[in-house]
Amino acid sequence: METLEQIKLRFEKIEPQTKIDILANECAAGERSLLVEPARAFAVAKFLRDDAQLRLDYCSNVTGIDWPEMTVKTKIKKRVVVDGQEKEIEETLETLRSGHLEVVYHLYSMELKHGPVVLRLRTENRTDKTHLPSLTPVWRGAEFQEREIFDLYGVLFDGHPDQRRILMWDGFEGFPMRRDYVAPDDFEYEPTAHDKVLEQAKKHFAVEPKAEVKAEVKAEAKPEVKA
Amino acid sequence: MTDEGLKSELQKQGVYVTSLQELYNWGRANSVWPLTFGLACCAIEMIAASMARFDIARFGAEVFRPSPRQADLMIVAGTVTKKMAPLVVRLFNQMPEPKYVIAMGACAISGGPFKQGYNVLKGVDRYIPVDVVIPGCPPRPEALIHAIMTLQEKILNQKLTGPDRPRHLNAEVAGEYPVPTYGKHDLEPPNNPQIWQPPTIKR
Repeated sequence: METLEQIKLRFEKIEPQTKIDILANECAAGERSLLVEPARAFAVAKFLRDDAQLRLDYCSNVTGIDWPEMTVKTKIKKRVVVDGQEKEIEETLETLRSGHLEVVYHLYSMELKHGPVVLRLRTENRTDKTHLPSLTPVWRGAEFQEREIFDLYGVLFDGHPDQRRILMWDGFEGFPMRRDYVAPDDFEYEPTAHDKVLEQAKKHFAVEPKAEVKAEVKAEAKPEVKA
Repeated sequence: MTDEGLKSELQKQGVYVTSLQELYNWGRANSVWPLTFGLACCAIEMIAASMARFDIARFGAEVFRPSPRQADLMIVAGTVTKKMAPLVVRLFNQMPEPKYVIAMGACAISGGPFKQGYNVLKGVDRYIPVDVVIPGCPPRPEALIHAIMTLQEKILNQKLTGPDRPRHLNAEVAGEYPVPTYGKHDLEPPNNPQIWQPPTIKR
């Protein structure tokens, strides 16, 4: 199969104004991906499916990622002349990365038996500009998975034939797979709580403090001080 | 009520004595028909229990009824999500008395591995009264058979009169339980306080 660079070059010949980035991947598998601007995503998707050399006719997986706003620390090595001697100094740069939601499509070709090609789309932000074009008209199998991403991440797919919640009920508020989602507080009974659950359970009981429990703690604490 | 010694003496003479209560419970205990109702992987074990190898028919419980109107036993076999919980309660309400519930597996008991999730009910006993619980993830068919035997024992020991009589003989106890509604983040109410209170934890 063609490399991502070749795919990028060929598409840019057909539609020169399109901006396609190739994203590196730091993990062991090193699976790189195509990042396409949302406005041109539909055309790119059609090209990937219909091009005679690619024929990526099977969308095996669609998933979402939430990237919240955060400061990214990067270490840069600098050569600085100190007292006539050249020294290497590490500097940490802090850059604010804007938050966005990402949708990832994994594409294979059943006809030519190759793949995967990973296609990524990003929204402008996480709050009000969360629209992306739906690729369901290109790969019919993406329908339910796009519904799931809408349900759990809140990405709005323009052109989706049936955009409703799929796992949570209608009337549910919020998007539970987002990093900042606060789950309902139902930690009233945690018999074997530890770590995060223990913290949550303590928080739950801190809301309604009991006078008896406090008295017990005080009674226990006093003898220790004397000893 | 019955004198066991006298009973066996009479049996030696060819006279069989029983009480209406025993006869009634004996009949009920040996024809507990479950509802065809599976939610997750525990349902696979439930199906295995009903097939030839484990043969739940030996206990009179092989007739899985496709309608709650004909079922006596609800085997909650699997994870009860918050989206599914109102339907589980409604199905239980649609079953005629006398009716029983087996909570099968870790999820039905407490939410299991999904307990701290946002979408799973932390135990079906928050909305419907559970008679027998089976631990396991999933429990083996033998465990389900043991649960049915435990339930049979429970039915056989039920007294038809007095304050502890079963629900269907007590007009004051309603056989229906309130169906929770979908809220903005959780079910409303999050549990039925009449049948479930958070147990106090001793540490």
